[in-house]
Amino acid sequence: MNGVWLMIEFHLDGRSGVSPYQQIVQQVRNALRLGLLRKGDQLPTVKDVVAALAINPNTVLKAYRELEHEGLVQARPGRGTFVTRTLTDNTLAAHGPLRQDLRRWLAKARKAGLDDESIEALFLTTFRSAALEDLA
Amino acid sequence: MTPVLQARGLGKKYGRRWALTDCDLEVPAGHVVGLVGPNGAGKSTLLNLSVGMLTPSAGSVEVLGGPPGAQQAKVGYVAQDAPTYARLSVADHLKLGAKLNPGWDHAVARRIQRLGLDPKQKAGKLSGGQRAQLALTLGLAKRPDLLILDEPVAALDPLARREFLQDLMEAVAEQELSVVLSSHLVSDVERSCDFVIVLVDSRVQVSGEIDTLLATHFRLTGPRRAAKDLPGDQHVVTESHTDVQSTFLIRTEKPILDPAWTVTQLTLEDLVLAYMASSVPAQPERPVLEVQR
Repeated sequence: MNGVWLMIEFHLDGRSGVSPYQQIVQQVRNALRLGLLRKGDQLPTVKDVVAALAINPNTVLKAYRELEHEGLVQARPGRGTFVTRTLTDNTLAAHGPLRQDLRRWLAKARKAGLDDESIEALFLTTFRSAALEDLA
Repeated sequence: MTPVLQARGLGKKYGRRWALTDCDLEVPAGHVVGLVGPNGAGKSTLLNLSVGMLTPSAGSVEVLGGPPGAQQAKVGYVAQDAPTYARLSVADHLKLGAKLNPGWDHAVARRIQRLGLDPKQKAGKLSGGQRAQLALTLGLAKRPDLLILDEPVAALDPLARREFLQDLMEAVAEQELSVVLSSHLVSDVERSCDFVIVLVDSRVQVSGEIDTLLATHFRLTGPRRAAKDLPGDQHVVTESHTDVQSTFLIRTEKPILDPAWTVTQLTLEDLVLAYMASSVPAQPERPVLEVQR
């Protein structure tokens, strides 16, 4: 395949409790945020997605409709679904240094004896309480 | 739009035993329908009535807006265990299909090569997965509006099962056909279907679009309480109690306002199992499970 093979692939997590259509929406948003998908890129066709994941075509259509409703993609009849907007804006440049900081913090947490689960719990509770304070 | 399948008070009796009772159903077009229930629940009976292989003992059934027998060109049916002619080759099956079906689609039939099946191979020598794929190909090449599959993946190993469902979903996306498939496993229908019919003990317990069903069923856990004290819009599917705690599985269209409840969402499997349990009379050895009928 030539340059067209810049497409993303979807994966479903059967245990996440998140419905398959929401998982597809999230994966597209994530790809947009991380710069894996850019304006003009094509999403996999409905046929390709259902053939890969053995899921119902309506599930994929529903996900694509929601993305279209959010103004992130546009369906062009007979051609496919294309990205119309990215979510990266100017924050992508900051990802590298932030990841560095996070790595250092993780190393520190491990050194202090926290296991994976405690690290995740600490991150999530801090994240939530910070979000609440921001709201207040 | 005409429903693909409509049943009114449909029933079938074998001797004295009702294999299907009081079946009311309406399945709109454009869905992949999962018909789930334990073995012997009446799934095959319902499917056989739908394709006109059986005649009803009570009520009526319509397929694509007409009586089952009149729609044969528009309905594809693959019976249980993917029946094929053991002594005919794969190519013979396709030739036969083309002769017998006016709307035969040779392009679809060519998927046999894509699947890597040898046209000269006798059907009796194919693996279970290959035979299922051959039967599916015959069903699809007929270009039906409705494809009915009875336990299509039950006899397949996990890989063949996955491949079969992938191919079926691809065909649904391409041909815009409606599908009804039966299975005794919820996991088979969870991803591939968007409409479910739960059949237990010869009765339809619940049917509807999966998204809608999941959005209207909840598990409530909280301090002990009787079912009659719940608000009128909350229909109890199952309930269980301990000395201090009650757990209800309810169906409601309205928001749950009582703060005493911990409300959890259900998976399709939870939902199907709850409806299966609700059709069984309470077992004496399981006194904690009180069942609403």
